[in-house]
Formats: sequence, C-alpha cells, structure tokens
Amino acid sequence: MSVDLQTVKRVARLARIAVSEEDAERMTGELNAILGFVEQLNEVDVSGVEPMTSVTPMEMKKRRDVVTDGGKAADIVANAPATEENFFLVPKVVE
Amino acid sequence: MSDLTQLTISQARAKLRGKEITATEITEAYLSAIDRANPALNAYVAVTGDKARDMAKASDARLVKGEGGALEGIPLGIKDLFGTKGVHTQACSHVLDGFKPRYESTVTSNLWADGAVMLGKLNMDEFAMGSSNETSYYGPVINPWRRSRVDTVVMPTTHQGDGGFVSAGGTKTARSLDNAQLVPGGSSGGSATAVSAFLCAGATATDTGGSIRQPAAFTGTVGIKPTYGRCSRWGIVAFASSLDQAGPIARDVRDAAILLKSMASVDPKDTTSVDRPVPDYEAVIGKPIKGMKVGIPREYRVDGMPEEIEALWQKGIAWLKDAGAEIVDISLPHTKYALPAYYIVAPAEASSNLARYDGVRYGLRVPGKDIVDMYEKTRAAGFGREVKRRIMIGTYVLSAGYYDAYYLQAQKVRNLIKRDFETVFAAGVDVILTPATPSAAFGIADEDMAADPVKMYLNDIFTVTVNMAGLPGIAVPAGLDAKGLPLGLQLIGRPFDEETLFQTAAVIEQAAGTFQPEKWW
Repeated sequence: MSVDLQTVKRVARLARIAVSEEDAERMTGELNAILGFVEQLNEVDVSGVEPMTSVTPMEMKKRRDVVTDGGKAADIVANAPATEENFFLVPKVVE
Repeated sequence: MSDLTQLTISQARAKLRGKEITATEITEAYLSAIDRANPALNAYVAVTGDKARDMAKASDARLVKGEGGALEGIPLGIKDLFGTKGVHTQACSHVLDGFKPRYESTVTSNLWADGAVMLGKLNMDEFAMGSSNETSYYGPVINPWRRSRVDTVVMPTTHQGDGGFVSAGGTKTARSLDNAQLVPGGSSGGSATAVSAFLCAGATATDTGGSIRQPAAFTGTVGIKPTYGRCSRWGIVAFASSLDQAGPIARDVRDAAILLKSMASVDPKDTTSVDRPVPDYEAVIGKPIKGMKVGIPREYRVDGMPEEIEALWQKGIAWLKDAGAEIVDISLPHTKYALPAYYIVAPAEASSNLARYDGVRYGLRVPGKDIVDMYEKTRAAGFGREVKRRIMIGTYVLSAGYYDAYYLQAQKVRNLIKRDFETVFAAGVDVILTPATPSAAFGIADEDMAADPVKMYLNDIFTVTVNMAGLPGIAVPAGLDAKGLPLGLQLIGRPFDEETLFQTAAVIEQAAGTFQPEKWW
C-alpha cells in the first residue's frame, strides 16, 4: 500500500499537525519509503497467532478504589502556557 | 590530586567510603570537566551545578557519619527524558519548552535515595526517536571517539651544513586522529558521550529499540536494557509504552550492575513494573561461566555486514568458549521481521502518547484562530521532522481501515518473534551472543542516512528484537575496528535474568579490556 498527497494531508489533519504543501509532498515520499519497508510483514504466516497484548505475562495489578492523591491544582497548572485561577485557558470553543 | 573523573563508580565508592576523597571534590571535578568539554561535545543540555553541590554536601555529611547509601556521592548524568523536579525536562523537544515538572521520576528518585548526585540533564534524540542523536532540538552530540588515520610521511632528503650530512629520505608512518566528527549513536547519545568522555561517573538512559545499546557500542561503554518491567517507567516521558525501558550506561560491567541495582524497583505508579526482588547484580561478576550454553543465531549474519563485525563476533565466541561455555548454533527465524514490525508498533504507540502535546497543559503554544488551529500550529512548530514522520506513520496505521492490515499484523508478528526466543531458551540456551550494531559510529550529517529514513532505522537491526520480546540485552565493548573505533557485542538473556548478562559480559570485558577515547576536546 502507498499513500498519496491527499491521504498525507488527511493524516496530518488527524494528527493535528499543520503541514504546508511542500511538507506534505516531502512526507508523501518518506512515508511511502517506510510503508514499503514494512510491507514485508505480509509474507509472514500468522494464521492462528494471537496479537501480542502484554509483553510479559502478568496479572493486571489492582488497587483499592480510594483517593490516594490530590489537592495539587497549582502544581498541575504550573507549566501551562495560559491559566487563570487554576484553570487552563484555551481559545473559545463554544459560541 | 589525580583526576577524580577517571575513577569508575566502584573505585570512587571505595575512596568515598574510605574518606580518601569527598563527594564535593569529585562533584567539582566533574563540573569543571563539563565546563571545559561541553562546548565541543554538547552532551549536556542543562548543568545543575548548584543542585549538584548541595547534593554532594549532603552526601559528605552522611559519609562522615558512615550512613552513606549504595551510590553515596557518585555524580551522575540524567537523560533529558526523565522527569526531574524543578529541573529542565524536555525530551530535547521544542514542544516542551520551559517544562519543569513538579515531580521526580521513580528511577531518579531511587538514585537520589541511594545518595547519587545529579550533574545535569543529558542530550538525546527528540522524544528518543533517532539513532544518531541528530534529531535533538539542542543540536547533535559529538562522539568523543574519532577515526584514526595512518599517514605515510615522506622524509625529505636534506643536506645539513658543510659537513655534507645527508639524510637518507624514505618514509615513516604516523597515526593521527581524523578531524571528522562522528555521531555517538542514539537516542541516548548524550548519556554515552558523557560516560565515555568522563563527564559523569555513569548515566541513566532509556531503550525503546536500541537506544541504550547502540550508543554504548558506538562509544566503547557498557549499556544494559533490562527486562520490560524491571524499572518503573513512571515519570519518564513516554515514547512507545510497550517497548520503553530505562537502564544505565557505564564505563564497565561492574558499574552498570551497581547502577541497575539502584534504578530497578517495583512501583505502584507503574502497573507494568514487576514485583520481584532486585538481585545484587554485582555479586555475579567474576563467577565462572563454565558449562553455560551460549546461542549463536544464524539470522544475525546479515547481508552487507562488514567483515570486522563478523570477526568481532567470532572473537567473542572464542572468548566464551575459552571460559568453558558451550557454543550452540540456534535459529530465530522471525528476526528479519522485527524491525518492520517495530516501525508499526512504535510509531502507533508514539502517535497516541504524543497526542498530549497540544499547547494547553505544558510547553510551547503557538496562537491560532481557533483551538484546532492552535493545536495544529503548536505541533507543527514544536515537533521536529523525525517526530512528525513517526506520528504520521502511527496515525496512518491506526486509522480506520488500516488497523488490521498494519497494527494487528505487526502485533501478531511480535508474538512470533517472542516465541522464537522462548523456543531456544526452552531448549536450554542460557544466553545469546550477537553483534550490537551492524557498523561502527558514522559521521555527523551522513548523506545516505539523511536521504533515506529506513537506512537510519537499520542501525537497530540487532537490538530491536530484544525490545519486541521484552527481554534484557547488554552491549559490551569488545574491540576497536581498523580505524580505531569501538565495536560492541550484545548478550540477550531470559526474562529477568540480568544476572547471566552481567556474568557473561564480565567475561568478555575481562578478555577484551576497556576502551578510552584519545582526548582531543
């Protein structure tokens, strides 16, 4: 499979990365080189093979459903580019 | 006083405990070495001098009372991927501009709890994506190793004075360092350079596809990627969560063992961290390997591999045989599919992990006409080329209609790769010996690699299988090539059997010796 310019622009939109016409053209070539490289996986017979879900067999750890942390609003917003009274500020999303 | 930066961790530890030197002295020695070398090598992106001095002072107070921890007073460099409280933590990306976390990663917390001293944050490929440390927003790291050149000097025929002395002319050879700058490998290039050039006693690093072992091999240092789950990933900037593991880069096998013992722990904040005791890795160094079964996988003999790499591998086999190991030929039939499967799984996980960089909660924000425009502009300006490329691949393979063909297929192949290893371990193989990399360090701005991303990816061909199967792997220096550059061998072990890796690596180190670059910086 290979991608065309339109697909690259659509994927960039999905990934929320602004691309210029020139970027998109360059990326089309690069992405096709990588997709060409991974193509060889199709020759592997995977019938009856489960996809890996956990690299080491382990039981999912659980903990009691209690509050163990919190009261850190100031720490959480400390690195944000724009905040007001412990809220993140973003451009208006609802008219 | 001799140069304290030359001491290994185990040597410094003995001198600190014996009160022959102080933590403050050794810390100052490293800080001035960094000061002199960093403009040339670019290993550190942030030096935390004041913090280092404070930590050293506290270590000295504990050492005086005889209360020193396992790493008391040992100055370390920390890869920029580890969250360090109040200190520059940017994964060497522009998108995390100015980020100083309000928390400390579990691995670094463990090191400080054992008394280690932080010298600063080390350069790396942006978000750990790269094999040359050239994708860093802070510029490339330079390998302290340079090729050496054998020059033939023609001796001129000279007449001297009236006495009629005539030199015979002829030629002589001289070895000199070539000026070409080489990469230290990646993504932990800053860690490898800093350890190799004596700018820290040891360093933390991380490995998703070879990012500890390949730079260790390129710089003549020792690097171990432990089993997935051995070190907590909490507080480490995530790249590909099912592959990422932290580990040390050190100057010798013993130092790597000392560091891993402190870094590893079970952690309730990382559910994939494993609840099993951390062994005293150092205790196995020097233990004989007589009777150990060493597997030699035929699939690691790849087309176009330089003869020197093959020769090095044969040398490694001979050393282990001489030490009493039994050498067996093995087959890991799905080896060639590990790299293509990796380039689906890793970008897929990365595209998801890196979705959080949106200009809202931390780092860079580029204003836009609405919120989506702000996201798109922030991410376009904040991510470098390689990171964007991988996010794009990941987004594509996870997008509707392609998920089964790419991601699911890759995860199935991944299970087959893991099964290959399980089969040989079940047949009694204790450890697998392979080359660490398909070549020695290459030049900065290598044109072939810049033109074709897949060429750069091929650097990880011998290391990436280990991440795909979650196994431990260690790179240990084994010799120099004809141009005087270090080459490494890799040992792969059973899950959570890092002890066998240290034990076997120590045998190789004993036979090969240790390697230091000639100082030019």
